[in-house]
Amino acid sequence: MSETTEDQNVRVAAICDQMAALEGPLLPILHEVQEEFGYIPDGALQTIAKKLNLSRAEVHGVASFYHDFREERAGKHVIKICRAEACQAMGADALGDQIRRHLKVDWSQTTADHKITLEPVFCLGLCACAPAAMVDGKLVGRVSADRILEKVGS
Amino acid sequence: MSIKVYVPLDSGSVALGADDVASAIAAKASKTGADIKIVRNGSFGMYWLEPMVEVETPRGRIAYGPVSTDDIDALFDADFLAGGDHKLLRGRTQDIPFLKSQSRLTFQRCGIIDPVSLDDYRANEGLTGLENALKMTDAEIVKAVTDSGLRGRGGAGFPTGIKWNTVREAEASQKYIVCNADEGDSGTFADRMIMEGEPFVLIEGMIIAGLATGATKGYVYTRSEYPIAIDIMNEAIEVARDAGVLGDSVLGSGKAFDIEVRMGAGAYVCGEETSLLNSMEGKRGVVRAKPPLPALEGFLGRPTVVNNVISLCSVPVILEKGAEYYRDYGMGRSRGTIPIQIAGNVKHGGLYEVGFGLTLGEIVEQIGGGTASGRPIKAVQVGGPLGAYFPKELFDTPFDYEEFMKRDGLIGHAGVVVFDDTVDMMKQARFAMEFCAIESCGKCTPCRIGSVRGTEVVDKLERGEEPEVQIELLRDLCETMKFGSLCALGGFTPYPVLSALTHFPDDFKPRALDIAAE
Repeated sequence: MSETTEDQNVRVAAICDQMAALEGPLLPILHEVQEEFGYIPDGALQTIAKKLNLSRAEVHGVASFYHDFREERAGKHVIKICRAEACQAMGADALGDQIRRHLKVDWSQTTADHKITLEPVFCLGLCACAPAAMVDGKLVGRVSADRILEKVGS
Repeated sequence: MSIKVYVPLDSGSVALGADDVASAIAAKASKTGADIKIVRNGSFGMYWLEPMVEVETPRGRIAYGPVSTDDIDALFDADFLAGGDHKLLRGRTQDIPFLKSQSRLTFQRCGIIDPVSLDDYRANEGLTGLENALKMTDAEIVKAVTDSGLRGRGGAGFPTGIKWNTVREAEASQKYIVCNADEGDSGTFADRMIMEGEPFVLIEGMIIAGLATGATKGYVYTRSEYPIAIDIMNEAIEVARDAGVLGDSVLGSGKAFDIEVRMGAGAYVCGEETSLLNSMEGKRGVVRAKPPLPALEGFLGRPTVVNNVISLCSVPVILEKGAEYYRDYGMGRSRGTIPIQIAGNVKHGGLYEVGFGLTLGEIVEQIGGGTASGRPIKAVQVGGPLGAYFPKELFDTPFDYEEFMKRDGLIGHAGVVVFDDTVDMMKQARFAMEFCAIESCGKCTPCRIGSVRGTEVVDKLERGEEPEVQIELLRDLCETMKFGSLCALGGFTPYPVLSALTHFPDDFKPRALDIAAE
C-alpha cells in the first residue's frame, strides 16, 4: 500500500518493455497491468502511452471500452453471474436478484466492506449447465445463490 | 498395467465438479491400492451426464455419470474399474444414443483423446489432412475447401474457399490467419469445447489455411471468459512447436507457420470480424466500414483470413477424406455437418454434430428431450442473442442457412436455447434491446441510439402507454436498425425483438390492464 506512483510506473514500464515486440501490444499490456495491480491505475495510462507512442487519451479510450478493465480495485472476492439467455431460461434473473438482495449491491458494485464485487457476465459458455457463474475465476454450473454465497463466505 | 480412468477437464465438466471428482478417485485408488491412470480428456458434450467418468475395459470405454464426489466410494465398491454395475452406469460410451446417432466429423476425437497429447491425436488420424495439404499446391487446397461447400460457421455462412482465394491472390509481404474464437453468443459453446477437447485440430486447420493463402502467422482471438480454453490452446501450441508441427518448417516442409493466442477483454462486439481486428491491433473494438474487406486489408492493413473456430476445425477432415466426403452430408446449399449446441431449459443439453437438415422440433424435442423443468416448450431462440425466437408452430423448419432465413431467423453459430412456458417474451424482447445497448460499439447511430430507444419503447408498452403507437414505433425502429446498422449487432437485434412480437403477441399486452383485470 505504501507503494509510490514512481514504483508503480517502473513496474508498468517493465511490462510494456516485455510486450513491446508483440503485434498490437496494447491489450496484452493492459491485461498484464491488471493482473499485476488488480486494476489499471490512473498513472499507468500515461506510462503506457509514452512507451507505445500514443496519447494518454487513446490509451484511456481503449481501457474504458472493454468491460474487463477496472479503474479501481475490486473486492476481495469477485462474483460474475451469467445474465444471458440460456441462463435466463434456467432462472438466472431470480438468482441475480437473490444475490443482489443478500449483498445489498447492484450489478457492477462492491459491498460496503469491500469484500465482494458483483458483476454481470454475458455467457461463460456453460449454456448446457445453466445457470452459471464464475467465482474468483472458478467456473460453477447449475449453481444456486446459496452455493455462490458459501464460496465467498457470505 | 494401469487402468485408464477418464475424467474431463472441459469447462462445463469442471464447473460441475470434475476436478474434485478426479482428486477423489485418485485418493481412493491410492488408499485401495488400485493401479489407475487418470486421463483428463475433453467432453463428449453430453452435459446432463457431466462429470462423466469413463473406464477403459476390454469391452471398450464404459461411462458413468453424472458422478459427484459422494459417489466415489460406491463406484469403487461396485468395481467400476472393471465396468461393474452401478446406478450411474451408462454402458459403453460409443453406444450412448445421443452420441451414436451423430455424424462426428469436426469433433471426431473430442472426448476420446487426451487434448494435449500429440501422440493421441496422430494415433487417431490427426495431421493426415495437413500431410495431404503439404503435397498440394495452394490453389488445389483452396479448390478442395471450395468444393466441400464449407461455409463460415460463425454465422454469416460465407463460403470459406472463396474467402481463402481472395487472400491467396492478394499480394503482400505478410498475410495472416485469424481464428475468431470470440464465442459470445449465449447458447453456444462449440468453439470452447473443441479448443478444450481437441486443440490440435484447430492448429492443423490454421496451418492448412496458411498453406492455402501464403500466410505464415496465425492468431487465435478468444474470450477472457474462457480461461481453461486459453490454457489448453497455449499448451497445445507449445507441444506443436516442440514437435515441429508449428515453426519455421512445418513437418519439415520448409514452410513456416506459427500461432499466438490473444485474449479479448469482455466485449461482445469483438466477435464481429472488423472490430476483432481493431481489438487485436490494440484499439477500441469499433466496427470498421467495409470495403476494404479484411481479406485484402485486415490485421495491420494486411491480407487476413478471419474464420470461425469451427470453420477452421472442419478443414482437416476435408483434406483428409476429400471434398466429396464432406459435401455428401447436409442439404440444399448447407453442406457438411453442423455442431448444434442444445442449451437452456432442456433435459439433454449438449453438443450434437450432424449433417444439416434436421428439423428444429427433432432437435429440441427428440434429441434434447424437451425441457428440464418438465413444462411445455414455449419458445426456442436459435443463433444467440441476435437470433429469432421460434414458436412451436415453426418446429418443422429444417436446420439450414436458407430455410431459417425464409422464416425470418438465422442459424448463426448453431446455438439453440430452449424456454419453457414461464418465459415472458416481452421481457426477452426488452433484453435483446438492452443487450444491444450495453454491447454497442457506438460507431453507428441506429445501433447506439436505436437500442436505447428500443428499451424505452418496450417499457412504455409494459406500462400500457398507447400500446398501438408503441408497437408501431417498435416495428419502425427495428426496420431502421436492420437496414441502417453497420454490423450484425444493430442489424440483427431486430430478429429476437420482431419474432417475439410476431409469434407471441399475447405477451405484449399492457401489464397495467392485466393488473386492473385481476
